[in-house]
Amino acid sequence: MAKTLDHYIDTLRGTRVWRSVFRGGQGASRLHNVLAIQQNIFLHLFSAKTRRRSLDLGVTWYLGTLTFGCFAILFITGILLMLYYHPSVPQAYADMKDLQFVVSSGVFLRNLHRWSAHAMVFLVFAHMFRVFYRGAYRPPREFNWVIGVLLLLMTLLLSYTGYLLPWDQLSYWAVTVGSNIASAVPVFGAKIRFLMLGGHVVNANALLRFYVLHCMILPLAAIVLIAIHFWRIRKDGGLYTGEPAARRET
Amino acid sequence: MSDKDFIASMDSDARRSPVRVAFVTRRTSPMVEAADEPQVMTYPEVLFRVLVAVEIGVVALVSMALLWDAPLEQLADPMHTPNPAKAPWYFLGLQELLHYFPPVVAGVLIPTLVVVALIVIPYFDVNVHGKGLWLTDKSRRLKIFAAVVVAFCIFLIVFDVYVALAPTLIVAAFLLLAALSAPDAPGRFRRWLVARPISFWIMTWFLMELVVLTAVGTFFRGPGWSWVWPWQGGF
Repeated sequence: MAKTLDHYIDTLRGTRVWRSVFRGGQGASRLHNVLAIQQNIFLHLFSAKTRRRSLDLGVTWYLGTLTFGCFAILFITGILLMLYYHPSVPQAYADMKDLQFVVSSGVFLRNLHRWSAHAMVFLVFAHMFRVFYRGAYRPPREFNWVIGVLLLLMTLLLSYTGYLLPWDQLSYWAVTVGSNIASAVPVFGAKIRFLMLGGHVVNANALLRFYVLHCMILPLAAIVLIAIHFWRIRKDGGLYTGEPAARRET
Repeated sequence: MSDKDFIASMDSDARRSPVRVAFVTRRTSPMVEAADEPQVMTYPEVLFRVLVAVEIGVVALVSMALLWDAPLEQLADPMHTPNPAKAPWYFLGLQELLHYFPPVVAGVLIPTLVVVALIVIPYFDVNVHGKGLWLTDKSRRLKIFAAVVVAFCIFLIVFDVYVALAPTLIVAAFLLLAALSAPDAPGRFRRWLVARPISFWIMTWFLMELVVLTAVGTFFRGPGWSWVWPWQGGF
């Protein structure tokens, strides 16, 4: 049975159409493994070979991987949630109620998006402290650390803008508290707050702005930064696994 | 490499000479240094592990989503302010600071300083090999350390930030323990403490303040941002 399946997969991978998409071709040789990475626009961000030790659980605890996993869940559930959501007052709140009572698995969808968002904020902090305590931020990886700090800010902004979208008491006042902080900026405070909210108080304009930021601008910025972050791992010599001298001893 | 089995040449015709050699120079690639380490193929070894890790994360989050519902309160009402009005949990450390300091300090100055500090860490921390703080110039550093800790504690007390005092004193106590330990101290933990560089101490202090302030803002603050105990049902 397994052999039959393998046979079909190999036949499929050998067809002209498949070969026109994935030029690596069938087979499990090292060359094919290298081509699988190098010939793929997404995977070629990574190196074709990886140091054995960087896969050990103790080196990274896979925190960066898990953070990206959360981002992937948020991306998918976010798109599905957009299908049921209108960024207008008070329809936004009615849509929350529809998710709860009308949409199939609507509650589950919103729950998954919400808990993944919290998990991502937590994991991105954990990832940062883990990288720091490992000393992995030091040259030649200093620029990737900076990208990481920017990604931390992106994560916080994404979570914060998403917080307003249900338009309930919790989200409304949380965002009011946050936007009041912006008005404390010297000289430009009131202007920044106005730009952020599209008005002097949190209102329908603020909801629309936060929606555009949350669903369009910030995710795009995050994706670009994530791509650079991953690519720089390869360019900076792979994941940090310790000082060369210490490595040779082990 | 005396007996070469290849000829280095240039050819732009891919049909005639399809094999290309990349010359990697030391300057651009830190990888060169560690090339003798055992390696695995990224496909499938790494991708498989990534898939497993993500799958475990998905299972955990799906379980959470099935067990606990996301909060949803009444329709937003600008006329009716809840007391306390709390930001999302990851901003509650900031909101706690807003309770003590004017908004321009707690809301603008401190976050900006934190972000700038985080960005400059790898450029500022020239101590690449992570030499212990107390291993050189000990007596002068002890004086600076004492002055900084005392001044900072007085500052916290003047502004009534007793909450932030505890992590500061704990880190200071361990720093002092490190200072009093010899590099060849009998205890493993003390030897480990001695070897910690200054960046470790600052980051640990920051992490502890972050956790304490966030926890206080989340669990210990009730109406009017007054102190409540979690079991009083204040949140």
